[in-house]
Amino acid sequence: MTISIHASVNGEPCQFQCGTTDTLLKVLRENLQLTGTKQGCGTGDCGACSVIMNGELVCACLVLAVECGQADIRTVEGLSSAGQLHSLQQAFLDNAALQCGICTPGLLMASKALLDKHPQPDETQIRYWIAGNLCRCTGYDKIVRAIMGCVS
Amino acid sequence: MLRIPLKSGKWFFAITFSAAGTVIMEYCAPVTLAEVCAALGAASGTVKVFAGGTDLLPRFVAGVNPPALLIDIKHVPETREIRRLAEGGFVIGSACSGGQISAHTELVRSWPGLTEAMDLIGSVQIQSRATLGGNLCNASPAADSVPALIASRARCRIAGSDGERELPVEDIIVSPGRTCLRQDEFIVSFFLPARNPRSADAYLRMTPRTEMDIAIASAAVNLTVDEQGVVNECHVVLGAVGPVPVYALPAARILLGSRLDEEVRQRFRRQISALCRPISDKRGSAEYRTDVTAVLADRAAMTAYNRALL
Repeated sequence: MTISIHASVNGEPCQFQCGTTDTLLKVLRENLQLTGTKQGCGTGDCGACSVIMNGELVCACLVLAVECGQADIRTVEGLSSAGQLHSLQQAFLDNAALQCGICTPGLLMASKALLDKHPQPDETQIRYWIAGNLCRCTGYDKIVRAIMGCVS
Repeated sequence: MLRIPLKSGKWFFAITFSAAGTVIMEYCAPVTLAEVCAALGAASGTVKVFAGGTDLLPRFVAGVNPPALLIDIKHVPETREIRRLAEGGFVIGSACSGGQISAHTELVRSWPGLTEAMDLIGSVQIQSRATLGGNLCNASPAADSVPALIASRARCRIAGSDGERELPVEDIIVSPGRTCLRQDEFIVSFFLPARNPRSADAYLRMTPRTEMDIAIASAAVNLTVDEQGVVNECHVVLGAVGPVPVYALPAARILLGSRLDEEVRQRFRRQISALCRPISDKRGSAEYRTDVTAVLADRAAMTAYNRALL
């Protein structure tokens, strides 16, 4: 038996079926085919599955799908609009702020949540904010530079 | 299947069966205290109270069986409010997240130590979800908010299927991972007492990494000074150096009546180390934890003292 949940994903009304133990991450990837959100550790340590839920940055692996009724969920798929990359996505490209790319969707959502809450963060604030997003390729400097390039 | 009357008619209930037809986990999200208590009282199998889930959900991934019933308390208003009382104290709902607590400027001003302790837990992502009540009920010896809560003399409002009771925070954790709460009870909120003038608290911890790590030693100090700058009330609590947080009464007594002069601080540091009973593991040796706890407690005391004088 599955449960029917109504939520909003990237601004669109959305309905999905889930079990009580399913995570939001599983539903996003397997039911809604929104595979931009990556699965890393599955325990909230790596930040690869970061999404914005009701305005708060969360790990989708630490949210139960049954909790998401009426929730507003934003994933990396919702960043670009009308074929135009979000300024953060463009800045990540311009700064070569990714190599293997597994951490990138999570880092983009974390950066978006940062700039939504603090439009003018300094470098220290950026580094602390993205401490929950692990990247094993870049050494973080280029990521920090990309985010700093988007500070208005 | 559903044994609990749905009085409000608003709350959410769901259930999942395995292929064999057995129940995997029931989930319910009551919206009133009475409904949570009814759900707790009616539960026959394993039941877990669910708030932020940052400690609970990783256990499912690790292979621990989910409980028969999961009760999500986040929709109960009493568990989500931060309220300043007329007499100056605060009520903090048990399901208040770290982010919610840090954003409350009045609370941060009155209790800088407690709020910085909560803020140290995990990443921004974790802060969005992890709750004060969950940090206590998870009963980890290394929980950051717990030493600060105990030092603040916070009390817990506990609701159960047969009524309510109140306990000081230090009575809750009985051993690593275990609390004194009965299966049909949960913590609704914390009460922080009103502050005397010239009071402040501070919390410091040591982690092998600067971020995303768990304390190997920690110290919370909450004190009040008189008009001459002499300490006249003091509470010191140590974390991660024993199976449960250590209420360091003999150490706090050393600071009483002092202005934290160097000689007093030396005796204080020695007493702190004498009270530590840490384990050695891959994250830190018992000797190191014992030494560093004295340094942390000393610095936390100085920080609290200087804040109290401001």
